[in-house]
Amino acid sequence: MSSPVKQFKAQAEIVARDLRHREIIQTALEKYGAVRDQTRGTFQDYAAARDAAAGIKWETINHLDQYLEQLVAKLETRGTKVHWADNGAQAREIILGIVREKKARSIIKSKAMTSEEIHLNDALERGGFEVVESDLGEFIVQLKKETPYHIVFPAMHLTRGEIKELFNCELAANASDNPEELTMVARRVLRQKYIAADIGFTGANFAIAETGMISITENEGNARLTAALPRTMITLLGIEKVLPRLEDLALFLPMLAASGTGQLLTCYNTMYGGPRQPSECDGPEEWHVVLLDNRRTEILADAEQRDSLHCIRCGACLNVCPIFRNVGGHTYGTTYSGPIGSIITPHLRGLQDWKHLSFSSSLCGACTETCPVKIDLAHHLLQNRRNASAQKPSFTWKLGFKLFAFIVNRPALYRLVAPLGRIAQTLYPLVKGTRFDPAYAWTKTRQTPQIARQTFREFWRNRK
Amino acid sequence: MTVTLFIPCFVDLLSPRVGISIVQILERLGHQIEYPEELACCGQPAFNSGYWNEARAVVLPVLRRLKNSEVVVVASGSCGAMLKVFYPQLFAGTEHEAAAKNLAAKCWEFSDFLVTKLGVTGLDAWFPHKVTFHDGCHGLRELNIKKPPRALLAKVRDLELVEMKEEVCCGFGGTFAVQFPMISTAMGEVKCAQAAETGAEYIVSNDSSCLVHLQGVADKRGRKLKTIHLAEVLNSR
Repeated sequence: MSSPVKQFKAQAEIVARDLRHREIIQTALEKYGAVRDQTRGTFQDYAAARDAAAGIKWETINHLDQYLEQLVAKLETRGTKVHWADNGAQAREIILGIVREKKARSIIKSKAMTSEEIHLNDALERGGFEVVESDLGEFIVQLKKETPYHIVFPAMHLTRGEIKELFNCELAANASDNPEELTMVARRVLRQKYIAADIGFTGANFAIAETGMISITENEGNARLTAALPRTMITLLGIEKVLPRLEDLALFLPMLAASGTGQLLTCYNTMYGGPRQPSECDGPEEWHVVLLDNRRTEILADAEQRDSLHCIRCGACLNVCPIFRNVGGHTYGTTYSGPIGSIITPHLRGLQDWKHLSFSSSLCGACTETCPVKIDLAHHLLQNRRNASAQKPSFTWKLGFKLFAFIVNRPALYRLVAPLGRIAQTLYPLVKGTRFDPAYAWTKTRQTPQIARQTFREFWRNRK
Repeated sequence: MTVTLFIPCFVDLLSPRVGISIVQILERLGHQIEYPEELACCGQPAFNSGYWNEARAVVLPVLRRLKNSEVVVVASGSCGAMLKVFYPQLFAGTEHEAAAKNLAAKCWEFSDFLVTKLGVTGLDAWFPHKVTFHDGCHGLRELNIKKPPRALLAKVRDLELVEMKEEVCCGFGGTFAVQFPMISTAMGEVKCAQAAETGAEYIVSNDSSCLVHLQGVADKRGRKLKTIHLAEVLNSR
């Protein structure tokens, strides 16, 4: 099996030059960018809203223990069963335990990246259970046996023609590539699944400590159906999803919608308070909430990068990231891709194995600029690089930079760089493009710049 | 005033006309230029690669040499960001922190220096071409320099500025360009295509490292795009 860095580079090599992929993603994200900007412009004061959102998140994450305790107490008051999971394996075990206890056969799911993070579907399927994704994009990638391409738009890399082929082949449909028609195919299949499901499974966009509520935001109504029909509900969420007060949603729902899809609000926003109460006539009989750590507390312990727990998974940083746009979501080989994925994956899955994601960046800062909760994304990439190099320096790079410092700190030596460079340049055609070409990484796709006939230093000396 | 010039290595070796233009422009405005020849690099390659100790070895002489300068003008937004934003981070909590902050406070990217510090926009330049402007990301997002280059270009006679549809990175990114050449090149192609869409003859930028990369990509693809640094445009007459 190839290492994550080899896999990343090999896949990037293919996708970055795939002009069809480039066209699909660029076009989709340019449209997104225009709508997002327009929507942010309708805020009375977007910059102030962003400051406020970042402030609330900062406060919450820095008192996460208190807010989590408050959340759990409130959830339990209304009969929700709360489970704590240290890692993915524990979370899977808890969820499988509930599924087995209920003698369930079929589970209907609404969109939850945390379930991708712990590879829940695989575990459930191996356990002999049927799992159906009900979010249209997730439904499509599940049929295609792929992971989500993007945390908000799981199937954005597919054209409607490809989706038509997939539906006609896998669902024995006979649809055209008309989006409405395709949606109706999915709906027909999914309605039966909702009715048949023994267990409904959701993620959470926010969890309100003050009231003990789970907030879910969506555009298809699939999360509502998921939570409305089955007798048992399971909600899996990362511990960073807490918000202190119900009124915080008045800020966070529009912030999430504006950054995520460019909407002012998503079509459906629901708050779930737990299982059916004695006085109520409907609702699930049992509600389980699984709170997932999975090394989030390690990020919490890192004062420098703690703010990466502010993340509301809006995907805005992916959408503006030129790396993401050019290599696509699958190349990362991670649950969370784009800038936020490059930052947190080394914490979640090991720095040395995943440091290449922090190096694979031009540090352009578009992510930091767009983040609605002001995570210092670009600088965290630099810190990951520093931590990785300090922990396990590369001998050649370290030597290279030492040599570099030695030369630039000795003016007499540095003065030789230009004349020696000119000589090297006259000899360069001999090796250009061969395996001895030291500049191949540059020259394969770019013309080589020439050392000037007169450098600035030479100009200055002549002038004096 | 006496202006101390910081000329990054790539300007010195590959794009010296940028530095020469800056000298000529500032001298015409009546300033004295001081150029510390012994400073060749801002230390960014080592810093960005995570080798902060090796970066400090390059930066300490810079801190010492520029300690008593009145103002420092940097011929690149990227190196400017290194001096202004990252030196204080690099030396945070060390005995050199105050020196780093002191330098950061008096250090200016060239276009920002002209417009914000000196209040100059009209330089009587003449550049009869249609151009588009590429914001180097470090200048744009670390130093928030968006308006000064445009204020300067607006006063250049017979110059037509057409903006590109997006504010996106050119794909250079220092060592990133050779560590991940496939991604870097794809980004360069996207940028060149957006520049070509404007119908501009030249891509102008306040960062010549971006331009070296973009020119390299454009030439390899046989695109007719030309690149030129803002200082050279402002020095054309």
